[in-house]
Amino acid sequence: MNAIAPITLSLEPFAARLSDVKGEDRKAAAGALARTGLPTPRVEAWHYTNLRALSGRVFADAPVGFDETAAQAALTRILPPDAAIATLPRLVLVNGRFAPTLSSTDLPEGVSCTSFVQSPDFGILASPDREGMVALNTALADDGVQIIVAPGKQAGQLVLVSLALGTDSDVSFHPRHSITLGEGASLSVIEIAASENAGAYLHNPVLTCAIAEKAHLTHVKIQQEAENAVHLATVYADIAVRAAYDSFTLGLGSVMARHEVHATMHGNHAAVHVNGAQLLAASQVGDITSVIAHAAPDCISRQTVRNVLSDHSRAVFQGKVLVERVAQKTDGYQMNQALLLSPSAEINAKPELEIYADDVKCSHGATVGALDDDQLFYLRSRGIPDDQARQMLVEAFLVEAVDLVEDEMLRTVLHQTLATALSQRVGAAEKTA
Amino acid sequence: MPAVTETREQVEKLGKSSYEWGFETDIEMDVAPKGLNEDIIRLISTRKEEPEWMLEWRLAAYRSWLKMKEPTWAKVTHPPIDYQDVHYYAAPKKKDGPKSLEEVDPELLRTYEKLGIPLHEQAMLAGVEVPEGEEARLPVAVDAVFDSVSVATTFRKTLSEAGVIFCPISEAIRDYPDLVKQYIGSVVPVADNFYAALNSAVFTDGSFVFVPKGVRCPMELSTYFRINAKNTGQFERTLIVVEDGASVSYLEGCTAPMRDENQLHAAVVELVAMEDSSIKYSTVQNWYPGDENGRGGIYNFVTKRGACRGARAKISWTQVETGSAITWKYPSCILQGEESVGEFYSVAVTNNHQQADTGTKMIHLGRNSRSTIIAKTISAGKSDSTYRGQVKIMPKASGARNFTQCDSLLIGDQCGAHTVPYIESRNMTARVEHEATTSKISEDQMFYCRQRGLSQEDAVGLIVNGFCKEVLKELPMEFAVEAQKLLQISLEGSVG
Repeated sequence: MNAIAPITLSLEPFAARLSDVKGEDRKAAAGALARTGLPTPRVEAWHYTNLRALSGRVFADAPVGFDETAAQAALTRILPPDAAIATLPRLVLVNGRFAPTLSSTDLPEGVSCTSFVQSPDFGILASPDREGMVALNTALADDGVQIIVAPGKQAGQLVLVSLALGTDSDVSFHPRHSITLGEGASLSVIEIAASENAGAYLHNPVLTCAIAEKAHLTHVKIQQEAENAVHLATVYADIAVRAAYDSFTLGLGSVMARHEVHATMHGNHAAVHVNGAQLLAASQVGDITSVIAHAAPDCISRQTVRNVLSDHSRAVFQGKVLVERVAQKTDGYQMNQALLLSPSAEINAKPELEIYADDVKCSHGATVGALDDDQLFYLRSRGIPDDQARQMLVEAFLVEAVDLVEDEMLRTVLHQTLATALSQRVGAAEKTA
Repeated sequence: MPAVTETREQVEKLGKSSYEWGFETDIEMDVAPKGLNEDIIRLISTRKEEPEWMLEWRLAAYRSWLKMKEPTWAKVTHPPIDYQDVHYYAAPKKKDGPKSLEEVDPELLRTYEKLGIPLHEQAMLAGVEVPEGEEARLPVAVDAVFDSVSVATTFRKTLSEAGVIFCPISEAIRDYPDLVKQYIGSVVPVADNFYAALNSAVFTDGSFVFVPKGVRCPMELSTYFRINAKNTGQFERTLIVVEDGASVSYLEGCTAPMRDENQLHAAVVELVAMEDSSIKYSTVQNWYPGDENGRGGIYNFVTKRGACRGARAKISWTQVETGSAITWKYPSCILQGEESVGEFYSVAVTNNHQQADTGTKMIHLGRNSRSTIIAKTISAGKSDSTYRGQVKIMPKASGARNFTQCDSLLIGDQCGAHTVPYIESRNMTARVEHEATTSKISEDQMFYCRQRGLSQEDAVGLIVNGFCKEVLKELPMEFAVEAQKLLQISLEGSVG
C-alpha cells in the first residue's frame, strides 16, 4: 500500500483558506503546517493511514446557513423521539457550526456551554506544532462548543451531535470543542457524528478535555458519517489526581476515519479507558490511534479495541502506552483484536509500549483471525442458519467491547446502534448476493 | 572458542563489571588508509583476488549507498558517524603457514588464550598444518574472523567428505564463484538498507556454508569474530545455503577489545533454505559495550535475513545479545515455501548506557507457514532496550500462523524497555497472536532467594536466567552455559 509515499503532502486542498488566517494561534498553526505539510505515511504515526485521498481536491468553507426543516428531520432520525436518548439535553452543530435553534437551552444545573465563535480559546492541551491535523483544525476552526461543569456537580448526560447536512463534496469543517470538569464534577457525553444528504466532506474535529481532581468524564462517540466522507478526529484528555477519562468510540461510517486520542495522566491514581470498536465494510479504512501517557505514579490505563472487517476494508490500530520515569506503580493493559470476514480485508496493528519506570505492570495483547469454526459449528448444530450464526458471533465479539461502557444508558444506545448497523450490513450483503 | 567449557571458568574469574575481552593484540597489520571511495573498494577486491563481477557488484552497492540516508527510525541515539574516518580493510600480515605452535606469532596465541580457546584448537586457528588423521577431535568446526580476515577454518576435511563447504567467503568467491554468484544478495539485495549497502560495498570476509541435497551437516559450524585494530570497521558477510532435505546448525560468537572510540560493525547474514531443509543460526554477541559512562563500545548495525524458499523449510534464529554500545539488528524470515517455519528466540540485555533496538520480521507468503517469536528484553542501569518486530501475512498465506511473546524486565528506575510490534494481516484464515508484558524482579522473588543464602547478584542471575529460560534452551548446549554466565556478567553492578 505505501509503495511510493510522497515525502510531503501538499496543502493545496486548503491553501486558499490557510493564506487568509488571522490571529496569533491560527497563524502559528498555519506556519507549522506550512513547514511540515499534511502527514504522509512517512510520518510514523500516519504509517497506515494515507491522506492521499485529500490531495487533488480543494476544500471550501461549509455554508453558514442550513435548512431548518431538513435538520429537524435528520435529528428525529438520529435521536428517535421514543428513545431514551431523545430526552437528554443536546447540543447540535450543523456543518461544523453551533446551531442554537436545534440545541437545548435548559442544560443541567452547573453546566454552561458557549460556542467557540463567542469566545474563541484554543487552550493549552492540543499540540498543533506536532500534529498536522490539529494544526489544520487550529488554523481553520470555524466553531465548536465549550462545555464547563462547575466543581462538585454531577451533571448527568449530554448529547453532542455533529450533523453534516446537504453539503457538497469538497467542503471541510474543523470544529473545536472543549470540555472542562471542575473538581469532583462528573459528566457523560455522547457524541454523534452523522450526516443527511451530504457528499464527500471532511470533518476534522478537535476536542480537548481538562479533567480536574476527582472528576469523571465519560465520553462515548458514535461515528456514522456519510459513506464518502472523511472523518479525522483528535481528542486530548488531561487527567488530574484521582480523576478519570472513560471513553469509547464506535466507528461505522465514512470512507476513511481516524479517531486519535492523547490521554495524559498528570495526577496520582488517575484512570483512563480508551476503548473502541469498528465495524467496517466496502473499502472503508478505520483507524484508532492512541497515546496513553502515564506521567504520575499509581495510575491505571485500560484499552480494548475490536475490529470487524469485511469486503476490502482495512482497520488500523496504533496504541502506545508511555510510562514516564516518575510513573511508578503503573498498571497498564491493552488488548486489540480483529476479526477478518473476507479474503481481502486487512488489519494493521501496532500496540506499543514505551516504559521508563521499573515498578510497573504493563502488558498488551493482539490477536487476528477469522470466525472460529468451532463456535460456528456449535451454533449451526443447534439449527441456527449460517448467516444468523455469523451475525451472532460478530455481534458478540463487538458487544464484549461495548459492555466496557459503565453508563447503562449510553451502553444501551451503543447496543442498539450496533444491532441496527449489523442488520443493515447483512441486508446489504443479501441484496448483492 | 566461545563454545567450550574452558570459557566458562575464564568468565567466572571476572571482576566486577569488567569486560573480559578487553585486550588488544599487538600484531603486525596490513591496513588500508582510512576512508571510503571506489579506490578503496577496488583495493579490497584486488587484495581478495576477486573476479570482475564481484567488484562490479561491490561498486553497484557503493553507488546506491551514496544515495541512501542512515535510518533514523530505531530508538537509538548516537553522534553522527564519520564513514570516512574508518579503516575499511585491516588484515594480519601474511606469513607462510607455521609448522607448529612455536612458530605462530605469540601475540596471536595470547589472544586465543585470553579467549579461552583450547590449545589444539588454537593450532588450527593459527593455521598450523595438522598431520593427517588428527582432525576430528572437536565437535565444532570453526571459522575465525580476525578483524576483517578469516584466519583459519578448521575441520575442512571432515566437512568436505560429507560434501559440506565451509570456508571464508573470500575463498568461496574464488573457488565456488557460480554458487556465490547465484545466492549472494538474493536474500539481502545490495541496496536493501543503508548498512547492508555499505557492507556489500566493503565486506572483507565472513563465512560461506553450502550443504548439498540430503546432507545433515556432521558437526556444528561455528564462526568467531573479533574486532582488534583501532578504528577499523568490521564488515563480515555470511552466506549459508542449504539444499533440499539438508540441515545445518551454525554458531556465531563475537567479541571486541576494549576501546575508547566507538567502532563500527555492519554485517550481513543471508540464509537460503530449500525444500525440507533446516538452518539453525545461533548467536552470542558480546562486543565491547562501552564503559559505565557510555564511552566507547561497538555500534552493531546488522542485517540478518533468511529465506525459506522451499516447502517445509525451516529457519530458526536464536540470539543472546549482551554486548555492543548500540545494537540495531532484526534477524528475519521470509516464509515463501508452503508450511515453512520461521523462529526467533532472543535475549537482549542492556546495562549502563547501552542501547538495543532489536527484533525480527516474519513475512508469511506461503500457505500454512508458521512462525514463533519469543523475545526477552532485560534493561538495567541507564540503558534502553527496544523490541521491534513485524509480522506480515500476505494475501496468499492462507492458514498462516504466528505466535509472538515479548517480555521485558526492568532492573532499576533509570532504564527503559520498549515494545513496538507491527502486525499486518491480509488473509482472513491466518491467525496472529501477540502478547507482551513488562515487569521488574519482584521483592518476593529476591527475598526468597536471599533468604536461602544466595547473594544479591546470584539471586538476580538466577531470576534472570529463569526469565530467559525459553530462549536459552534453544541454544546449543555449550553456548547455553556461556550465555547464562554472560547474562550474569552483563548485569553485574545493576542491583543494589
